[in-house]
Amino acid sequence: MDLQVEIMEQDEETAVLAAAGEVDAYTAPKLKEALLPLTKKENFLVKVDLKDVSYMDSTGLGVFISALKSTKENNSSMKLVHLQDRVLRLFEITGLIEIMDIEWGANG
Amino acid sequence: MKQEFDFVEIRIPAKAEYVGMARLSMSGIASRMGFLYEDIEDLKVAISEAITNAVTHAYREEPGEVTIGFGIYSNRLEVMVADRGGSFRLEDIKEKIGPYRHDEPIENLREGGFGLFLIDALMDKVEISNDHGVIVLMTKFLSEAEVDVSDDQISAT
Repeated sequence: MDLQVEIMEQDEETAVLAAAGEVDAYTAPKLKEALLPLTKKENFLVKVDLKDVSYMDSTGLGVFISALKSTKENNSSMKLVHLQDRVLRLFEITGLIEIMDIEWGANG
Repeated sequence: MKQEFDFVEIRIPAKAEYVGMARLSMSGIASRMGFLYEDIEDLKVAISEAITNAVTHAYREEPGEVTIGFGIYSNRLEVMVADRGGSFRLEDIKEKIGPYRHDEPIENLREGGFGLFLIDALMDKVEISNDHGVIVLMTKFLSEAEVDVSDDQISAT
């Protein structure tokens, strides 16, 4: 019931942030702390790899909403990749799938 | 007629680090009842949302407890989450509680976020009482297939 967050790759224009574990009220601040600074660089693309995130609730959605707002303010972009079905489902139910750049499954 | 049910109650400190523990309890009870994987995952999100609400809104300044009750029926699971530490009687609470209406103001229950919306979407029935703290009562029914499975098991023994 923990969350690991790690920057896997980073260059001038992009970064891949990989998260693994469960995102809930306890662990969401950790994700936010790692993700938000990456959204504050102009023309920067941050990919969040959620392949190993087995659980997420609205606290996680809240982090991505904050991050999305930050990308709009800072002219950067964010893409969520490799979402597991259960996690993807929350983005579908809430309609966030319409406003976020999301790729899921093996091809994401 | 009164329906028979088992009741499990746990009390946790109103702190975010205990949400995961409650989720494990939920998972154990739901799988014992024969809920399918998908339903168990829905239940885990719903209970986490209710507890997160209680932790973040009810106890911003002073420490407190969250009481969680599981009413285990043959055809459904009722989960109660109360942001006041005291124990509760299932029947008493059910009398006081009304259905959640989409037009009623819920500002005092949550500020932004999708917590209550998700509970509503993932559970079959959601009721909320605001009289003494906030109490969320949510119900998930076993699907007919799941009930049939447990019936078979009972008749086989």
